[in-house]
Amino acid sequence: MGKAYLTLNKLPQGKCACVKTLFADEEVKRRLEDLGLVTGTKVEAVQKSRSGDPTAYYFRGTVIALRSEQARQILVEV
Amino acid sequence: MTLCKGKPEYIVALVGNPNVGKSTVFNALTGLRQHTGNWAGKTVTAASGNYSFAGQSYKAIDLPGIYSLEAISADEEAARQFLLSEDVDAVVVVADATALERNLSLVLQILTLKIPVVVCLNLLDEARKKRIKIDIDKLSEQLGVPVVGTNARKGRGLEQLKKKVAGVCTDGGTLEQDLQGPASDAKQRYALVEQICARCLVFGKKDYTNFDRRLDHFFMGKWTAVPIMLLLLALVFWITIAGANYPSSMLSVLFINLEAAAKPLLLDIGLPTALVSLLTEGLLRTLGWVIAVMLPPMAIFFPLFTLLEDSGYLPRVAFNLDNCFKRACACGKQSLTMCMGFGCNACGVIGCRIIQSPREKLIAMLTNSFVPCNGRFPTLIAIISMFCVTAFSGICRSLLAGLLLTALVVFAVLMTLIISKILSKTLLKGLPSSVTLELPPYRKPQIGTVVVRSLLDRTIFVLARAVKVAAPAGVLIWLLANISVGEGVSLLAVLTDFFSPLGRFLGLDGAILLAFILAFPANEIFLPLVIMNYLQLGGIVEIENLTTLRDLLVANGWTGLTALCTMVFCLLHFPCGTTVLTIKKETGSLKWALISIIIPLMTGCVVCAVINGVGRLII
Repeated sequence: MGKAYLTLNKLPQGKCACVKTLFADEEVKRRLEDLGLVTGTKVEAVQKSRSGDPTAYYFRGTVIALRSEQARQILVEV
Repeated sequence: MTLCKGKPEYIVALVGNPNVGKSTVFNALTGLRQHTGNWAGKTVTAASGNYSFAGQSYKAIDLPGIYSLEAISADEEAARQFLLSEDVDAVVVVADATALERNLSLVLQILTLKIPVVVCLNLLDEARKKRIKIDIDKLSEQLGVPVVGTNARKGRGLEQLKKKVAGVCTDGGTLEQDLQGPASDAKQRYALVEQICARCLVFGKKDYTNFDRRLDHFFMGKWTAVPIMLLLLALVFWITIAGANYPSSMLSVLFINLEAAAKPLLLDIGLPTALVSLLTEGLLRTLGWVIAVMLPPMAIFFPLFTLLEDSGYLPRVAFNLDNCFKRACACGKQSLTMCMGFGCNACGVIGCRIIQSPREKLIAMLTNSFVPCNGRFPTLIAIISMFCVTAFSGICRSLLAGLLLTALVVFAVLMTLIISKILSKTLLKGLPSSVTLELPPYRKPQIGTVVVRSLLDRTIFVLARAVKVAAPAGVLIWLLANISVGEGVSLLAVLTDFFSPLGRFLGLDGAILLAFILAFPANEIFLPLVIMNYLQLGGIVEIENLTTLRDLLVANGWTGLTALCTMVFCLLHFPCGTTVLTIKKETGSLKWALISIIIPLMTGCVVCAVINGVGRLII
């Protein structure tokens, strides 16, 4: 029963995960970290839009919507 | 009473995340009326205001909402520069008590600046509703700075805030912890934040966000998102249309009476007839028409829109439409600037400041005029009423008219997306930028305050516009209609003939095309111009009865196809004068202002020519 790793954009609606690594480029990475998405942050995919993109994520008491391009660059551990 | 020792005026900067009620705090402190909307980026320039406490004067500066001092966006850079370089005596960091963790991150960064800090923990009432308990004294102890709990909406805690600010201004504040190291690295900063929160924060209800999430499933869900948006749009339109009817007629009658009274009065003073005619039939009549047509719908639409803003629904719209805009290589927030454009295109252009990327901002500004503003609604509704819904009556009729208007708007949105895409591939090449859209908690809007403030704002705006723009236009039009160029042929008639070939090519006619051009200063005078031309009159006039108007139009060659092309061209011609001036001011460039005229014009010409061509083949 090992831990599963996936990119944030693949996290199904309603599921929680823990942030492992951010692969984004410097500017995007800083923005995400400023918002609170650092290693170890608990994040839940609360709402996927009709087309699947963007998705709204809940972490640290706030809800932020990310496009799949950014979500794809975040590795999380379920 | 002598002033306290110290400076004549202390400068206090207000910083904080977006959506924390910073501007509400600012308004409450200074008594100013800066609008606060419940979505990120609403405060677009730094406003300043004064207040006094215990005989000492303070100047408060409301900086834009920022997530971090590490400058990534222009707002963050501006805030950082301001705090570092200006002679700031104290910083009030406004934090959202319902999202303490994320807000504390900024607080920790600000603490490293060595400027005296007071933390204002706002939205305490929201926190209480969600059973979030914060030990303010403990928090203050942990941070080493004063923390004041407030409910800025109700005005609670503000005296305490002023007192603490006065305190840190005079004694310089203390910094108990050395936060230089942890504050610069986000991971360490949040580790420290978590430590602090563990000691001060208790959640009484684990699932306090459930209600918001259920609303989100409803507003952003797979099957419900789009229908709800369309429904709300149709509802807003319907209320605006139905509600504006009566006040518009009343204002119309008022101005007709004013004109009737003014004319003999002016003649009595001894002014020449021509001048009297210019002043009454030119100036006053146009002024009256603009006010009667613009004021009621705007006075209804803007408060409704503001209520939607304040409730937190609008970022959900941006979320729903983001994919469409991404495929057009534009920003999801453009959907919001489009919504603003429904009220007034110039306001929509100013609203484009919420878009960070300069390229995407420009696309949003250039396409904003595709959505019909309040000034164009009456034209569209009149044409729909005359040519499309004549078979119905009563409620059915107004409902169908509302639906058709919604359909036209959907068409305008589609055109916006298509042209945005084309612009992204040609003039404004680039890749879609990374978008982080915050979806704030739903909040109950303060209906009373919003309605009153909106009404006042809009009334002043419309009246100012009428005087500055419509009145001169009225004078010009009068001149064109009354100056003859040989054998009693007016300038107006000459111009009409000149534009006739191009007009017919586009499915319109000379008079209609000329009316569009002359309505450049103010879209709402379009129909009166057309009527004036057909009736060969010396000034604009309105026809009360739509049936009479329809007969007049048909007698001058209007068909269903003409009506269609006119409505399409109305959506897709060029922005009004005020909008073009606003674009010039916002971009600082004459080039883009001119492009903002050319692009919609070209689009309109192409689309109308095609519709006309196809229409003639079919019919």
